[in-house]
Amino acid sequence: MSLFLLFVSAVLVNNFVLARFLGTCPFFGVSKKVETSVGMGLAVTFVMTVAGAITWIIQYAVLDRFNVGFLQTIVFILVIAALVQFVEMVIEKSSPDLYQSLGIYLPLITTNCAILGSAIINIQSGFDFLHMLVFTIGSALGFTLALVLFAGIRERIELSDIPYYFRGLPIAFITAGILALAFMGFSGLVK
Amino acid sequence: MKLSILTEGIFKNNPVMKQVLGLCPTLAVTTSAINGIAMGLATMGVLMGSNVAVALVKNIIPAKVRIPAYVVIIATFVTLIDLSMNAYFHDLHKILGLFIPLIVVNCIVLGRAESFASKNGVFDSLLDGIGSGLGFTLTLFVLGSIREVLGSGSWFGINLFGSGFSPAILLILPPGAFIVLGFMMAFNNFVEERRRIGRGGVQ
Repeated sequence: MSLFLLFVSAVLVNNFVLARFLGTCPFFGVSKKVETSVGMGLAVTFVMTVAGAITWIIQYAVLDRFNVGFLQTIVFILVIAALVQFVEMVIEKSSPDLYQSLGIYLPLITTNCAILGSAIINIQSGFDFLHMLVFTIGSALGFTLALVLFAGIRERIELSDIPYYFRGLPIAFITAGILALAFMGFSGLVK
Repeated sequence: MKLSILTEGIFKNNPVMKQVLGLCPTLAVTTSAINGIAMGLATMGVLMGSNVAVALVKNIIPAKVRIPAYVVIIATFVTLIDLSMNAYFHDLHKILGLFIPLIVVNCIVLGRAESFASKNGVFDSLLDGIGSGLGFTLTLFVLGSIREVLGSGSWFGINLFGSGFSPAILLILPPGAFIVLGFMMAFNNFVEERRRIGRGGVQ
């Protein structure tokens, strides 16, 4: 039951983009079309889950054992950068179709703070391996959900008559604010 | 001449308002003016350090592995700032929390290393780091001030309006960050357009 609550809270209540402000750069950068936003969401979900598992193992098997916790930031970012490169190569070899659709997003993911952020939150919250997996997948799905919803709204905005000075990013920010307001309605779901 | 490197980062190439970089900390920690300044200065410290370090070693690093090398340099400075803030400004460090280690993935820092420090001398890179850092700090300070004054009725923790004022709590909640930044960008567009027309441009 607690796993289910953790999952719901990661997807809706503590949504990565709209409540924790992690991964806002791709949120505004690649949300112009629904199709590309789905691709980005899938790529982030995949990398975040693998990165979460690997950094969790490194933290407890290496950093804690040798008492070098202060190296956390450096080690984690290197692991993520290497992982993204590796994933890119594997996907390119094994599934050219998937590579075609995810390829351009993969390099961008290294500097997506949602990945490093979730890895650090996993450690700070002291999750065990199962909770870590559920939390990470939930967070990534929450990111994807917000991204796809936002892309849908932005496609509509393109067609509407926006006041001159608000065209482009300003209206996108205000829309994201209203979307965040809507997501706050979920805050009573999980105590 | 040298001064223009400094001012460019503050106004003309403001990292948040013009290049739309570093959004996560901008939106997340600006619930008050002091948090905004602290986050801005921490980022500026990393920017200065990484810019100087990158400018020093730019000729030694092979072009192919430069990005990972820059990331390691940046991560080192972030760890330094993280540990020293934890030691000397413990309360502030607690509030900023997660977003101090996340300076590593702040696109401003890597962006300046790649686009400026890897091509220019040490002193110019230092100036560029200070300029971009100040521009970032200024934006965070303004955003934090607006949200704190309207959202909790105080500024730097000093109560402004007395007890009869009921603040718009929305502005210090997450949605307020998006909405206030949206209005700031619209205002910025407005000012630029006016200045352009003032110089004889066409609307």
